[in-house]
Amino acid sequence: MQLTVEFGGGLELLCNSVKIHNVNVELQKAAEKLTMKDLLAWIRTNLIKERPEMFMKGDSVRPGVLALVNDCDWELTGQLDTTLEEKDVVVFISTLHGG
Amino acid sequence: MAAADGGEVSAILRDLESLKASKSEIELRISALEARLQEINLQQPNGAVSNGSCAPLPSSVDSGYGHDLSPQMIYRYSRQLLLPSFGVQAQSKLLKSSILVVGAGGLGSPALLYLAACGVGHLGIIDHDVVELNNMHRQIIHTERFIGQPKVRSAAAACRSINSTIQVVEYQEPLRTSNALEIMSKYDIIVDATDNAPSRYMISDCCVVLGKPLVSGAALGFEGQLTVYNYNGGPCYRCLFPTPPPTTACQRCSDSGVLGVVPGIIGCLQALEAIKIAGEVGEPLSGRMLLLDSLSGRIRIVKIRGRSLQCVACGENTTFSKLQFREFDYENFTQSPLTPSPLKLNLLQADSRINTKEYKEKIDDGKAHVLIDVRPEHHFKIVSLPNSLNIPLPSLEARLPEISLALKENEENRGVNSELYVVCRRGNDSQRAVQSLHKLGFTSARDIIGGLEAWARDVDPNFPTY
Repeated sequence: MQLTVEFGGGLELLCNSVKIHNVNVELQKAAEKLTMKDLLAWIRTNLIKERPEMFMKGDSVRPGVLALVNDCDWELTGQLDTTLEEKDVVVFISTLHGG
Repeated sequence: MAAADGGEVSAILRDLESLKASKSEIELRISALEARLQEINLQQPNGAVSNGSCAPLPSSVDSGYGHDLSPQMIYRYSRQLLLPSFGVQAQSKLLKSSILVVGAGGLGSPALLYLAACGVGHLGIIDHDVVELNNMHRQIIHTERFIGQPKVRSAAAACRSINSTIQVVEYQEPLRTSNALEIMSKYDIIVDATDNAPSRYMISDCCVVLGKPLVSGAALGFEGQLTVYNYNGGPCYRCLFPTPPPTTACQRCSDSGVLGVVPGIIGCLQALEAIKIAGEVGEPLSGRMLLLDSLSGRIRIVKIRGRSLQCVACGENTTFSKLQFREFDYENFTQSPLTPSPLKLNLLQADSRINTKEYKEKIDDGKAHVLIDVRPEHHFKIVSLPNSLNIPLPSLEARLPEISLALKENEENRGVNSELYVVCRRGNDSQRAVQSLHKLGFTSARDIIGGLEAWARDVDPNFPTY
């Protein structure tokens, strides 16, 4: 499944400072759909190069990270259970505090 | 006849000239008197700094035009009055509104300038800090002559010089749970222009308790974020971020850097949102968040969750009250201080450390040594000590052979044992590096206490700091 995964707010530092990743995530054989939970596990293995604890806590994102599916807060789409579709854009943003 | 007409024309022109001169003189006197009246109103009855009392605007009387804008106001704000969807109605609301800007830094600077200019009747500014030279690139409300003076005084002076007809109130103190309720309750709208996590939670909670809309902005590096909290049934900061982030995820402009114009953009947008709320025009950015990535030229506006029923601050069954707010420990909650100062670690035994003056003596005595600078490469490029070897902390382990080689060369050339020192910007990473080096067999490694900042302070005042 072709997806665009983007990191911002400093999270890109965990992926060699690359913000936009056009990725192809293969579905597990038995699975029919790809959920955010699956994608997070895939990202942790395939995109995160350092300090994974700065991106995830347990099987979800760490506090202070907003996950957006097609420009919509994942709290509104089903969080970990959100089903992804071909060409979806998934964005992870770390909240900023500076000013 | 022609001659007589000519005489009359020039007489009229003379009269006109003289009348216009008198008119502008009268207008000047009117402005001066209005400003004076404003000052007097500010000074009494509780006009001292930090009182926050909002005296009525002197000119907010019915002008006989069906609204309360004076001729001066009509002229000053004419370009806003000409906007059909803004007009006299929104301008009158702005003039009657009161807005508190928390923080007169990178975000607060442009926000305050625009809020003062557009005619917000009562503008409060709270900040405990003083103006520094390294603020100037982004905190554009301050001028060089205010360096070393309170930001609040500088910002208020700038606001008054742009618009002498509004009331500007100065709070030269940090915002705390002990003063937040009293100060914030005097304003209709709060603008969060602070730079740290505990302040953001505290301001949001206080807005919830007091029922005030909150215009929240943040900026770091090349990125910015903006949204409106606690407005019209929308979410509060805690709905979005119920659990504080780990302290290691809270980067600061003084550590990570920021391009000056980025908080400038976000601060301007904060002024815009505050104006929309105060003037009751447009659609304030509630339930949505604007994400700016300035380097790639992308602005994204995303839909965020609504008010959370489980929210500790604004949820359905919450018992969060003024009393609880006053007693809540935001520094403990976020594990970071409300008025951040640089971290000062103390990880090492005294015999593994050396101060900058002692290190200077080693250099003067010609002691054989290797100096490792563990700052990131782009820091090293700004300034470094002579003959130091740059090995950024994350690559320390991988580059141990370079240290061994440097020590060996030194020993071969000099015929004596070489000492090993580690330096960084402030003396924290150098301690971490020395800890690692000890574990990896370099037991003689020592850190230079306080880093290059201490070197500049105690040894070489001409050494650049940043």
